[in-house]
Amino acid sequence: MGLAENQLCFDLIEDWIRKNPIASICTAEGVKNFKDVAIFQDYHGFSEFRKAIAKFMSKVRGGRVTFDPDRIVMGGGPTGANELVMFCLADPGDAFLVPSPCYPGFVRDLGWRTGAQIVPVHCDTQQFQVTKQALESAYEKAKNDKINVKGLLITNPSNPLGTTLDRETLRNLVSFVNDKNIHLVCDEIYAAAAFDFPSYVSVSEVIEEVENCDKDLIHIVYSLSKDMGLPGFRVGIVYSYNDAVVSCGRKVSSFGLVSSQTQHLLAAMLNDDVFVSNFLSESSKRLKNRHDYFAKGLEEVGINCLKNNAGLFFWMDLRRLLKEQTFDGEMALWRVIVNEAKLNVSPGSSFQCSEPGWFRVTFACS
Amino acid sequence: MGLAENQLCFDLVQDWILNNPRASICTPEGVDEFRDIAIFQDYHGLPEFRKAVAEFMGQVRGNRVTFDPDRIVMSGGATGAHEMVTFCLADPGEAFLVPVPYYPGFNRDLRWRTGVQLIPVHSESANNFKVTREALEEAYEKAQEENIRVKGLLITNPSNPLGTILDRETLRMIVRFINEKSIHLVCDEIYAATVFNQPPFVSISEIIAEDTDIECHTDLIHIVYSLSEDMGFPGFRVGVVYSYNDAVVNCARKMSSFGLVSSQTQHLIAAMLSDDVFVTRFLAESARRLERRHNGFTRGLAQVRITCLESNAGLFLWMDLHRLLKEQTLDAEMALWKVIINEVKLNVSPGFRFIAPNRAGSAYGSPAV
Repeated sequence: MGLAENQLCFDLIEDWIRKNPIASICTAEGVKNFKDVAIFQDYHGFSEFRKAIAKFMSKVRGGRVTFDPDRIVMGGGPTGANELVMFCLADPGDAFLVPSPCYPGFVRDLGWRTGAQIVPVHCDTQQFQVTKQALESAYEKAKNDKINVKGLLITNPSNPLGTTLDRETLRNLVSFVNDKNIHLVCDEIYAAAAFDFPSYVSVSEVIEEVENCDKDLIHIVYSLSKDMGLPGFRVGIVYSYNDAVVSCGRKVSSFGLVSSQTQHLLAAMLNDDVFVSNFLSESSKRLKNRHDYFAKGLEEVGINCLKNNAGLFFWMDLRRLLKEQTFDGEMALWRVIVNEAKLNVSPGSSFQCSEPGWFRVTFACS
Repeated sequence: MGLAENQLCFDLVQDWILNNPRASICTPEGVDEFRDIAIFQDYHGLPEFRKAVAEFMGQVRGNRVTFDPDRIVMSGGATGAHEMVTFCLADPGEAFLVPVPYYPGFNRDLRWRTGVQLIPVHSESANNFKVTREALEEAYEKAQEENIRVKGLLITNPSNPLGTILDRETLRMIVRFINEKSIHLVCDEIYAATVFNQPPFVSISEIIAEDTDIECHTDLIHIVYSLSEDMGFPGFRVGVVYSYNDAVVNCARKMSSFGLVSSQTQHLIAAMLSDDVFVTRFLAESARRLERRHNGFTRGLAQVRITCLESNAGLFLWMDLHRLLKEQTLDAEMALWKVIINEVKLNVSPGFRFIAPNRAGSAYGSPAV
């Protein structure tokens, strides 16, 4: 319940694997490909892999947009992909605005080796909306502190909130970055974990709607870690609308390419349209079932959560259980939950939440 | 003929794979492990993987030394391993000494994102490009004069592009040198299993284990390894940093998050390299086939009066074509290279690529291809 893992659909994948032995270089049917796959180290990746990923990304977005395989760049999992795009866009000392609460790993992924900074954008703790005011305020403060803001990073669907951004908000974000001439990096690694209304909208769907949108500013980070439940396979993707970033990113990807063995397997799997359609709809269904079951259970014991339609977790409101409304109070409660209730949950402070008392609990473990 | 790839033993590997279906998470026999492997993202790596790689590294060195699985850190191929260890050891602006000629990718791998500099250590064709104490001292002093902080020395043993190994005396000299200067020693041993002839390979790990007459702070010693060349699996991106320094192991482990080995591949490699019978046979056969191929090539080259540096390792030959140059300059080397590529249609790499980008405009070493 601590790590955000999607373990609900392995049966579908295992079934596909049994029926498609040629996808592996280790089966009797597939071993003839072993050598060609094992020696393939081109940082472009297999073209079938890029094609399959592009198709998958499109299907995850309901076929409403298409992706160009030649813009697919590999990264070492979403961790490597986020760092890769940061290296391409920011110099040491430059900053990215990041709405909080946010994934704790961003501090390391975006800033450790790059030298880039994160400037948190604090959202109200009623609905945690990313408002234009909050963005402008964070941007202005950074400017006053003489920090060079290079971009804005959003996670949609959100970790830890499990909510999706509506179309209007996305359009505002795209307008905002265009006004300021800064980059927009959209971490969409939970895109297929949107299981309920309102429907998911990707930034790729919105960029055509915003007048004079400079597409060179738009970049997507993707991965199969969450949507397919394959974090061990380290499939990170950077999709950039900016040619220079694609070019640079490709060279940087040498430091964290996806294993050719894994590329080969996933190329076959994700090129299977019937499998993918069935997987996505079944995954969505199971996530919703699991979510609703958990939500009911939490409600029964009087625990409120932020209403959410995506992700693999709940954002629980435990403010009224704190002995004191402080982060120390939050940590004290966290220790009780972990040690005595034996539930592995994550305290809101680890997500840079500005108000104590919120906790993330995951629901998609097997 | 351009890329250094080892394609000689795939029949052995494929045979093993067919006989060991449980090594894969995609065979009927192995798919029951699929989900546990697919969700495994711990940056320590599968313990069986680390154990198997440690054992393999020991066997490659004739079991003269053993390696501790807890010091094995994964990275994105040898490329990622080099960058990672450089990030751990040096800050932007600091430098590593690197004997020339060296693998051209070092200019990117060690410098690009780290901001670290490379300082070439001069060598001469006259003494077969040996790494000498004088050359090391000269490079070190030059850096001091230019106020560049030298953090370490990187050696590649066996050497790319020379295909030679460092003898024990040279290794001992190097260990003394880095200890006196209190700088790190990174040993790229990614061609260790491609040694196919005498003299026998000596790894840095053997020096620090056996040559206890030399004062050595093992905190300064780090090995970069990979399965790309020894096993012919560059696509699998199996890079390894093995450090005798606990702080480096700790730091590198966290940093490895940016380029872990796919758990699917870890699982396969763990099974394969844990099979002692297979590994013993593979290493012996690989060396035998490399030697045969090497001898066949050198004989053929000798027949057209092309000599090569005498070598006993690696996947390449360091050809001496200087008598074919119109003039003994780098421009003439480029011109000859274009002829070889375009007209003879042979993909070879010209020597200038392996010589450090120098700032003074003069050539280090001779323009030997």
